[in-house]
Amino acid sequence: MTVQPASTEIASRTAAIIQEMRGLEGPLLPILHGIQEEFGHVPQDSLPVIAEALNISRAEVHGVVSFYHDYRRHPAGRHVLKLCQAESCQSMGSDAVAAKIKQLLGIGFHETTRDGSVTLEPVYCLGLCACSPAAMLDGEVIGRLDDEKIEEIVTEVRS
Amino acid sequence: MIPRIYIPGDSGALALGAEKVAKAIASELAERGIEAKIVRNGSRGAYFLEPMVEVATANGRVAYGPVKPSDVKSLFDCGFLTGGHHKRWLGAPDKIPFLAKQTRLTFARCGVTDPLSLESYKNHGGLNGLTNALKLTPAAIVAQVTESGLRGRGGAGFPTGIKWKTVLDTVGDRKYIVCNADEGDSGTFADRMIMEGDPFVLIEGMTIAGIATGATKGFVYIRSEYPHAVAVMNKAVEVARKAGVLGASVLGSSNAFDMEIRVGAGAYVCGEETALLDSLEGKRGMVRAKPPLPAHKGLFGKPTVINNVISLASVPVIMDKGAPFYKDFGMGRSRGTIPIQIAGNVKYAGLFEAAFGMTLGEIVDDIGGGTATGRPVKAVQVGGPLGAYFPRALFDTPFDYEAFAAKDGLIGHAGIVVFDDTADMLKQARFAMEFCAIESCGKCTPCRIGSTRGVETIDRLAAGIEPEKNLALVTDLCNTMKFGSLCALGGFTPYPVMSSITHFPDDFKPAPVRVAAE
Repeated sequence: MTVQPASTEIASRTAAIIQEMRGLEGPLLPILHGIQEEFGHVPQDSLPVIAEALNISRAEVHGVVSFYHDYRRHPAGRHVLKLCQAESCQSMGSDAVAAKIKQLLGIGFHETTRDGSVTLEPVYCLGLCACSPAAMLDGEVIGRLDDEKIEEIVTEVRS
Repeated sequence: MIPRIYIPGDSGALALGAEKVAKAIASELAERGIEAKIVRNGSRGAYFLEPMVEVATANGRVAYGPVKPSDVKSLFDCGFLTGGHHKRWLGAPDKIPFLAKQTRLTFARCGVTDPLSLESYKNHGGLNGLTNALKLTPAAIVAQVTESGLRGRGGAGFPTGIKWKTVLDTVGDRKYIVCNADEGDSGTFADRMIMEGDPFVLIEGMTIAGIATGATKGFVYIRSEYPHAVAVMNKAVEVARKAGVLGASVLGSSNAFDMEIRVGAGAYVCGEETALLDSLEGKRGMVRAKPPLPAHKGLFGKPTVINNVISLASVPVIMDKGAPFYKDFGMGRSRGTIPIQIAGNVKYAGLFEAAFGMTLGEIVDDIGGGTATGRPVKAVQVGGPLGAYFPRALFDTPFDYEAFAAKDGLIGHAGIVVFDDTADMLKQARFAMEFCAIESCGKCTPCRIGSTRGVETIDRLAAGIEPEKNLALVTDLCNTMKFGSLCALGGFTPYPVMSSITHFPDDFKPAPVRVAAE
């Protein structure tokens, strides 16, 4: 069970990240990446702090956070499994791979297992098109997914 | 001499188990008490042979691949450190047919050198281009690049020299070089490979661009799906700064140039140059209307060169060997070489750099070896999710910007995805529309609404509802999207859709007919 930090704590940790990045040209994306790394998602309580520091409206910050697929509004599971669903992987049966993994984990895309062990996401190209179908588990790349590798992945995320 | 072992640290090689192989080799070395240096090189691009391990011997490098961790013990037993024979033995890497047939200009060092060793880079011709550029006036550098015939390798094919000239001629208190490394197209991985395998060539190219146009600051915008490339580029920039390649005095000259690596956040549309600029500025990645051109008003409203990774990485060889050398390769108005990425359902997948002019059939059948599944090739998609699907009947099309345009297709970033005869082209057309709907920035109506209506209409076609009427509707919709969209996302989505309909009409016939035909 993840304990959610109190809003004042979120604000102070957010302020520290902003302090580190605000000298950059166009600092908003680096700040949001920093916040997501810190909290595992971009907490709602961070947004007013960013808006204030960068002198932009909360709506603008919200607009940016909601535009990009990477920023999470809620924490992900302990593992994040991204399955490539783009054309190259399609040509090598990524549909079937996704169906099998969904069935084994009992969740669909953009969902997290009830025990919080894994979040499953589609991704549109990992640049591993010469070894399709491909996936990324917690930042580690995996190519030529077959039944054996699928089993390994499922075992790892469940352990 | 301490033996040197090369084990790729490239993402593609890692995805095929290179890390486990590296660990197995390291522990075997320790166990046998052998001293050796392990170099984590980039990939040479023959992914069907990855992980490909190489050793430097008295007679040159010897390659082994694809190496599995379980092969490691026997490799040592066979004396692989001195090039000994083994079932994975491939001989000299340059002689492997897939690599021997290539013309490596941009990728000359990729997979050969240690990506983070500036010394290794220099020993293989690195920094010669920048050194030459520093002796020239900005206008003379721009003239060389223009003369070389280099065109934007990101997909649009706009002459790089002309872009640079516009920025050079525009007055600005600050100018920027932005490298578009948001390589989101499926079937493409050339940008990733060069950033992971030879990062200094990109740094050198960007620095030359800076000197040529009067820009002092560069940004590389890398997609977040490429964490390894981000890590290598960050380290390489540090190394280049310490060595004085970047900084207040580039290689001791009076020119200043420095750069930063920035990471995207998972929006495909940020590969479009103006959306990328907005994203760098910290905004939603919305496409800007042109004019003004980025060359006049780009990043933060300042004159900006925005080029693809491969365009910039091709500049050092041009400045080193001269524009005529580069221009000698190629055909028609497509000069030089292009790193073709052969991907998907194909036997010999990988990166193949060659002069423009090979036919699609040569690339897919002769170089790629046909499908991985062994079934007949049904279609190939050239140029990413916005590229057309070509049938075998168009395999005589030469790889050239104009030749592809003449067949209602595009080269794009030169990725080729091969599909076998199990592919359902209606499904592929639907996916193109669906992808456009997911990734649309939402600024213009044809793209935002058209893509969603496109999915619905294709679904009706699949269900056999008023097929003729709906087919006409999709065609009309594609026409609207093509001519009415603000950028290539909405404007080019019709390519995969219309090419599927035109070349594979059977896949769009009502369901009962399709079943009967099978």
